[in-house]
Amino acid sequence: MKPGEELPPLTIPITRTLIVAGAVASRDYQDVHHDAELAREKGSPDIFMNILTTNGLVGRYITDHFGPGAVLRRVAIRLGAPNYPGDTMTLSGTVTDVAGDTATVRVVGANDLGHHVTGTVTVTVEVAR
Amino acid sequence: MKEREGAVRTDGEPAARSEEGRSADEFHERIAAFEGRSAATAGVGKDPVNLPMIRHWCEAMGDAHPAYEGPGAVAPPTMLQAWTMGGLSGHGDRSEAYDELFALLDGAGYTSVVATDCEQEYLRPLRPGDTITFDAVIESVSPRKTTKLGTGHFVTTRMDVRADGELAGTHRFRILKYAPSRRASKPDPRPPRPDAAAPRRPRPVVNRDNAGFWEGVAAHRLLIQRCGDCASLRLPWLPGCAECGSPEWDTVEASGAGTVYSYVVMHHPPFPAFDPPYAVGLIELAEGVRMISNVVGVPYDKVRIGMPVRLEFLRVDEELELPVFRAGGEG
Repeated sequence: MKPGEELPPLTIPITRTLIVAGAVASRDYQDVHHDAELAREKGSPDIFMNILTTNGLVGRYITDHFGPGAVLRRVAIRLGAPNYPGDTMTLSGTVTDVAGDTATVRVVGANDLGHHVTGTVTVTVEVAR
Repeated sequence: MKEREGAVRTDGEPAARSEEGRSADEFHERIAAFEGRSAATAGVGKDPVNLPMIRHWCEAMGDAHPAYEGPGAVAPPTMLQAWTMGGLSGHGDRSEAYDELFALLDGAGYTSVVATDCEQEYLRPLRPGDTITFDAVIESVSPRKTTKLGTGHFVTTRMDVRADGELAGTHRFRILKYAPSRRASKPDPRPPRPDAAAPRRPRPVVNRDNAGFWEGVAAHRLLIQRCGDCASLRLPWLPGCAECGSPEWDTVEASGAGTVYSYVVMHHPPFPAFDPPYAVGLIELAEGVRMISNVVGVPYDKVRIGMPVRLEFLRVDEELELPVFRAGGEG
């Protein structure tokens, strides 16, 4: 674990089921996350992923990589292009800073439209004793 | 509190849509007054931290981290906000100020909302059985911004989340309250509405250096400037010759024949009064000068370099005519 290290990418198919399941699991019942017709009325071509799901997926990407001992300390994300059903998001990450057992990782999630999410995650990892 | 009431009572006036500039600043002043006020006070999570909600979250996210299951499970830290959500029964704990701010933005036409940023810090794990409480403050309300989605204001709130009274995390959240752009990012399947107040194309800026050009257009003549000294032709009109610097000039009338020298197809961004996609051509006139205009009489995706075109005049509305070029040479 050192600055510059790149995490293997994680590709996530953006299914309608994932969008709806993520919205409901995060208790977000905004219609744009489950009702395509109402989403269109609001100017969106389809339903789109809510920010809580993106947050959860970014967190999962980091802990998947750093393993069972990994603990998230901070997750800061900014959304760009929406995640619509049928798209694919590829998460990639670069370690930007390491201090003791704590790493900071720059994360980008890209879909066909561009960057869905950019963010920074601080994670504590279990160090071998 | 008189001012607050006044701020909310907009009498349905679409303030930000109907007034521009100075009033946009005034509107921002009114909404910026909410900075520092409470967005939620002594909110209580509708459910204590619990394994079923944790499991449903992990299923949705595909997250198999062992720390989130089994005896001693903790909640995924990224669930922080989920514990504070109102769900289908809504937010009973939003403050008056927050509701007022939203009513003000809704009243100004900024009716849509999208989350743009989320910054969370996790200070201690949330465990099944923890009771969640939270307080939030309106941290900032941005000036009016124009984004791909539409024009609106960013509202940033900062929430402290407590577990059994102990600070467990902070959650800064930014949303955009916006008036959606007319066009969705995919074509609207519905037919366009005949709109009496349809936006008009921008007016040309007519000044003493180019007035003769527009007088020509009004008379259905496309006039090219010719230098009075070196006889170079120039278009668009300029006060002096780019070749020799002479301020002397007269005009020659274009024959109307031309070819597409180059073109672009506009898809984005949409402008009122224009209906993308459409082709914008750089037309080389038979006289050798070039001008930018629309290519008509051919689908936007059939415009090609070298295509012969012919000048015609397009009546845009009751006060504006424009020179455009019809594909197919003789017109």
